[in-house]
Amino acid sequence: MASIDYPLERPKVGTKDWGFAEHMYDWVATVDHKKLGIMYIVSALLFLVIAGIMALVIRTQLALPNGHVVAPDTYNRLFTMHGTTMVFLLGMPLVAGFSNYLVPLMIGARDMAFPRLNAFGFWIFLFGGFLLYFSYLGGSGLYGAGSAPDVGWFAYAPLTEKPFSLGHSTDYWALGIIVSGIGTIASAINVIATTFSLRCPGMTLSRMPMFVWVMLIDSWLILVAFPPLTAAQIMLLLDRYLGANFFYTQRGGSAVLWQHLFWIFGHPEVYILIFPAFAILSEVIPIFSRKPIFGRPAMVGAVVAIGFISLGVWAHHMFAVGMTSYANSFFAASTMLVGIPTGIKIFNWTATMYGGKVNLKTPMLFCCGFLLQFLIAGLTGIMLAIAPFDWQLHDSYFVVGHFHFTLAEGLVFGIFAGLYYWFPKITGRMYNEKLGKWHFWLFVIGVNLTFIPMHFAGILGMPRRIYTYQAGRGWEFWQFSATIGAYIQAIAVAIYVWNVVHSAIKGEPAGDDPWDGWTLEWATTSPPPEYNFEKLPVVRSSRPLWDLKHPHDPDWKYE
Amino acid sequence: MADALDLTADALTLEREWKTPDRGTVGIIFLIITESVLFLTFVAVYLVYIGASVTGPYPKDVLETPILATVCLLSSSLTIVAAEWALERNRIGMFRIWWLVTIVLGLYFLFDTGMEWKKLIYVDHLTISTNLFGTTFYSLVGLHASHVTVGMIFLLLVIGVNLLGFPIETQKRRVKFLSWYWHFVDAVWVIVFTVVYIISTR
Ligand SMILES: [Cu+2]
Repeated sequence: MASIDYPLERPKVGTKDWGFAEHMYDWVATVDHKKLGIMYIVSALLFLVIAGIMALVIRTQLALPNGHVVAPDTYNRLFTMHGTTMVFLLGMPLVAGFSNYLVPLMIGARDMAFPRLNAFGFWIFLFGGFLLYFSYLGGSGLYGAGSAPDVGWFAYAPLTEKPFSLGHSTDYWALGIIVSGIGTIASAINVIATTFSLRCPGMTLSRMPMFVWVMLIDSWLILVAFPPLTAAQIMLLLDRYLGANFFYTQRGGSAVLWQHLFWIFGHPEVYILIFPAFAILSEVIPIFSRKPIFGRPAMVGAVVAIGFISLGVWAHHMFAVGMTSYANSFFAASTMLVGIPTGIKIFNWTATMYGGKVNLKTPMLFCCGFLLQFLIAGLTGIMLAIAPFDWQLHDSYFVVGHFHFTLAEGLVFGIFAGLYYWFPKITGRMYNEKLGKWHFWLFVIGVNLTFIPMHFAGILGMPRRIYTYQAGRGWEFWQFSATIGAYIQAIAVAIYVWNVVHSAIKGEPAGDDPWDGWTLEWATTSPPPEYNFEKLPVVRSSRPLWDLKHPHDPDWKYE
Repeated sequence: MADALDLTADALTLEREWKTPDRGTVGIIFLIITESVLFLTFVAVYLVYIGASVTGPYPKDVLETPILATVCLLSSSLTIVAAEWALERNRIGMFRIWWLVTIVLGLYFLFDTGMEWKKLIYVDHLTISTNLFGTTFYSLVGLHASHVTVGMIFLLLVIGVNLLGFPIETQKRRVKFLSWYWHFVDAVWVIVFTVVYIISTR
């Protein structure tokens, strides 16, 4: 195989007498996929904390009617930065981080296909994040106090045009996302090339772990969904700087065009964000049920189907814009269609658990949480896919509740499952199971207390993005309980952070294979050496470690 | 544990016969796919805005079909293949000649675009802010021209390091990828040409 560039044994560097500077240099200059993966995940979690604090401020403002915690324009900046950060600086680096760390290990490779491109992708992503946050200092130029973007995370035209958005905050928004998007595309190309080219002997596409399959399709979605966004951002910057007329309604431009371009990106983006959770569930549930995944070909088929159908549903975000009834019907129908493969996946995960020896350790708890919460999110999604229903609830708190159910409960539950599951692999130590359970239960209570009431506030007519409201409209109870829920979530995340920091330093040594795993990452040491495997593995089935541990009853006899 | 992963004779055969696609090839193919989507977006926006300009000038009044430049750019796709062919046979002199011809053809295309823009700006007073035609024309043609420029930089880099004595025979794979990128840029021009100079001037 033509994929190994360096000799298997590298000169050992004496790590003992390394000072702070040497360690820093090691991390900054690294091209190791595991270190880059960890840096992606850690920076994602830092942005999670920042955007989470913003969410707490928002919730505090809305806890009671006539709130005075922040001024209206500060509130606009808060929800814009919260949304932008969560999507582009939390969700996207998690995609890149998990695929970086795990894909080479799972397919038996020594690194990604293009290690230096990989390092470039991470640093350009981080620079994009800094660019966005620099707007707090530079948003009004040097002559004014700082101002972050305040146009909402989907930044509808013509609000973003120069006459309506003075200063540079919108420019930082566009530039930050273009720049971090370049990093995302670089990492997606890398994942695809790695998956196709660096699979170890015997690792055919049909034997590839489900995780790798899902991340492969995820990378495909990134490559077709990000360019329209980049194009739209370039057009916006041309409008703002060179006086172009793309979204300038006074000169014949179309504000609706922005909506189309944004959601052509925006809907696949929802799947790009949720796919890591799908990938993680497909690994964790079989291990903790002691059963191979149910209906593997159907699972792969469903992911591939989502990878294509989700490209044709974007205008369900635009039912209220006044499209033709043909367009409305088409996008309502295609949106319901994409629910079918998603349903197949939920069915197959449940069927994997059915009759298995289910072991409710923390990762598995989060998977079960995901299944229940994501089911509800999917059902409210189908409700919103019905165009006339959407007309009633468009831009209301019902929509806010719905997409937080998919992302905050779907994505984040899946991510936590993965973070607990691979924690022993990444650090070599075991997390604290008791704290993990506390985290899970507090989180379940917190998210449901936050986001279920939002649906009711929405049905009662509360529009999204209002910075305060008057008493007596029936929203107080729902808003107050949402705020309580948000603080419970914050406590749960604080427990998680403590668990990670404490266990990474003082946790029990976990051993190389604490879960009795079946995929190749458990075949190497914890944490894995820089070269991953002393000898490239040779596999004959989709559960190579099962074959190894059960030489008398290997999988490949039945495949 | 890793070396316990079976190394029976059977596994060794499997290892020896195992083949996967070249990673550079996969990478460049998917780079071209994602770039295509970027162009597709700009082309779609151009098509949507045909006839949407509130004021003139309009495409049919000011655009002149750049036949010569188009012929140059498209034939540069052939000359780069000739250069690759020569490199494959280690005829470095031939390679250099065809490579330089490719560069000259590409440079003429860029020069022609520059002259066209100069005429449009100074004679016809069409800028990116004049109307929607100007907006979409300059952004689409400019996006393409910027890709030609990037390709040109790499073409110059290859011949530059080669003339400075770097053995280009060792870089056949990378030359091949650059040539694919160049073909892609040319193919995009066929679409841009059709959309801008044929469809929108009718
Ligand atoms: Cu959507």
